[in-house]
Amino acid sequence: MEWLKTLISRPSKGVSGKTGYWRTFKPIYDRDKCVLCYECYVYCPENCVEIVEKVVKIDYDFCKGCGICSEVCPANAIEMVKED
Amino acid sequence: MVDLRCVLLPGNPSCQGCPHAIGLKALSVLENPIVVVPAGCTTIIAGFNPKQSIDLPVVHVPFASAPAVACGLSKAYDNVVVWMGDGATDIGFSTLSGSAVRNDNILVVVSDNEAYMNTGIQMSGTTFWKAKTTTTPAGKREEKKDLALIMLMHRIPYVATASVGYMRDFVRKVKKASKIKGFKFIHLHSPCPPGWRFDSSKTVEVARMAVKSGAWILWEYDGSFRITGMSRMFRDKSKRIPLTEYLRVQGRFKGLTEEDVRTIEERIDEVWKLLDVLENTINKA
Amino acid sequence: MKTILTGNHAVAYAVKLSRVKVVSAYPITPQTTIVEKIAEMIAKGEMDAEFVNVESEHSALSVVYGSALAGLRSFTATSSHGLLYMYEMCWWVSNSRLPLVMAVVTRTIGPPWNIHTDHTDLMTLRDSGWIIAMAENAQEALDLTIQSFKISESLNLPFAVGLDAFVVSHTAEVVDVPDQETVDEFLPERKQAYRVDPNDVFAVGNIADNLETMRIRREMALDMEKAKGVIDEVGREFGEIFGRRYGLVEEYMVDDAEYIVVMTGAWSGDAKEAVDILRERGIQIGLLKLRYIRPFPREVIERLDDRKILVVDRSFSMGHRGTLGIEVGNVVDCKNVVAGLCGVDVGFEDFKEMFERFVRGELGEVEWWI
Repeated sequence: MEWLKTLISRPSKGVSGKTGYWRTFKPIYDRDKCVLCYECYVYCPENCVEIVEKVVKIDYDFCKGCGICSEVCPANAIEMVKED
Repeated sequence: MVDLRCVLLPGNPSCQGCPHAIGLKALSVLENPIVVVPAGCTTIIAGFNPKQSIDLPVVHVPFASAPAVACGLSKAYDNVVVWMGDGATDIGFSTLSGSAVRNDNILVVVSDNEAYMNTGIQMSGTTFWKAKTTTTPAGKREEKKDLALIMLMHRIPYVATASVGYMRDFVRKVKKASKIKGFKFIHLHSPCPPGWRFDSSKTVEVARMAVKSGAWILWEYDGSFRITGMSRMFRDKSKRIPLTEYLRVQGRFKGLTEEDVRTIEERIDEVWKLLDVLENTINKA
Repeated sequence: MKTILTGNHAVAYAVKLSRVKVVSAYPITPQTTIVEKIAEMIAKGEMDAEFVNVESEHSALSVVYGSALAGLRSFTATSSHGLLYMYEMCWWVSNSRLPLVMAVVTRTIGPPWNIHTDHTDLMTLRDSGWIIAMAENAQEALDLTIQSFKISESLNLPFAVGLDAFVVSHTAEVVDVPDQETVDEFLPERKQAYRVDPNDVFAVGNIADNLETMRIRREMALDMEKAKGVIDEVGREFGEIFGRRYGLVEEYMVDDAEYIVVMTGAWSGDAKEAVDILRERGIQIGLLKLRYIRPFPREVIERLDDRKILVVDRSFSMGHRGTLGIEVGNVVDCKNVVAGLCGVDVGFEDFKEMFERFVRGELGEVEWWI
């Protein structure tokens, strides 16, 4: 039943590859300004914001640089910086 | 809210700033769900064989069929959820209605980006008044249907509206719905950056502006009808931000006249009046 | 146990005996009494299943698609416009390689509105990957329905059981209804290649590579070829257990026949009477009844290439010729008569005259029997 393999798909990160390459702007995090409100975590569409030991960690392999994290941050702790 | 399990895995095909990608997180509060996805943006976001980007069991189905397939699945399983767009509620209107009439034990979430986005931004039944789409290049002349109120008239146990700009409110509603037996419906407002023509960083802001201007109203019905969350404050028109602020930030409203804005405002005022009546009438308290 | 049943009720009893768990259908004359009977049996507690009321045929097939995916033996029934309304789902079901059974009470497609039989609607499934069988009478309708679950689940291909509108669906005949124990012996619990389960995380039907998709279509084609053997084997087994043998075709006096008539459906019974009459007059004529349209019994027909063949069609492919005339004509030379469309009655007298003209060589390549 080879056909089963084509009808069935299993979960995987990076279905479209390392979408970090989509970025024009990169979110840069300033830990000093961060108030740990978790807004960036909640609203990141890519699920590439993690809070690890009270510090925001962004997975730049997949971050598409949409800029939402920067917009929703109430403390201006994330800045979108143009990447080369 | 701090333990929203990742449902949509990173590195998926969704556009930058995609509202579906934000909204899908809410499904993480469901226990062992099966997700039914009809044709739409999410079909693509779900990835390509042999990989899929949604970390849940997914059944892809033809455009108009989702609630009916979910009904069939619900004969074996609880926690079947349909994740569909506004497009599917046009072509599959009868399917949706029939499922509600049967009070099928399913949760239907309509992630509404107000157009047939997956096929390139064509007008749908829920496209906002006067909005530009490829099939309404001079602005929509057709009416906008109120999906959630239509579903309310099906006498189902739970109906709610929500917004990707207010995830706490949405997640609370999904959790609440999941504990109810019968047909549950949540209409999720999902602003689309390429479709509505605003910068990808503004998805959440635009969603919030819709609520703050009164254009999108957060409410729920669970036996009693109530306005919820931020929208409670905006019953008072003086507390709202001007409608033009919401409209101006979106390219799809470019060229709107003052008369257009007044017409839209009239429509919105009518809805608020109606919801006020519902809140005062359908009150089990 | 022998009793009097209409074709539709015979199908309903077969569905009950096959321990179907979910039935969903939308009413359309002349299918409605199948599901009304099923709904009644469920309401009375005679059948352990759930009946789902839907608002359209498209949803009917969608509901049973969902329940079948979840591992529940499921069934639906339709006709004509109803079949066409669920047509998109028919292809989705077969391309999903999902075992599922549907009864199609064959009815003319409009306009003008017409509720009587012809085979046009059933024939629209030809290319879809559904196994298609056609019953001659109420007994066959019951027997084929029971076999359909076994065949469908062995092959992971959906199965459509056809029966003529009114002539079979609403005509009461003597039917031998088997008992539950014997059916249980013949029909084991449902099996399928894959099942949707909340604890098994996968997606069904994601976008896939073009070449890979073409490969699985080819695999489906090969499985359709395998189906021929499975159908004959299950038909043989059915014969051993229930005393009535089935298979891809029924050969009626074919062995020594010089002239062979090929057809399908209820009117085969009337045609057999005409065959008997001509035989009495010394004409070596026989009838090959196609029990199955898909898979197409090509090999059986190939072996008859040394006989004179007439194909009688109850459906026509506009712009070409009779449906079976095209299919059989692809294998052997044959004459084609198109008759009984839109419910026009064709009895044994008609067949007598038709076959006599055939034997006398008076028929054109394609003749409309009007």
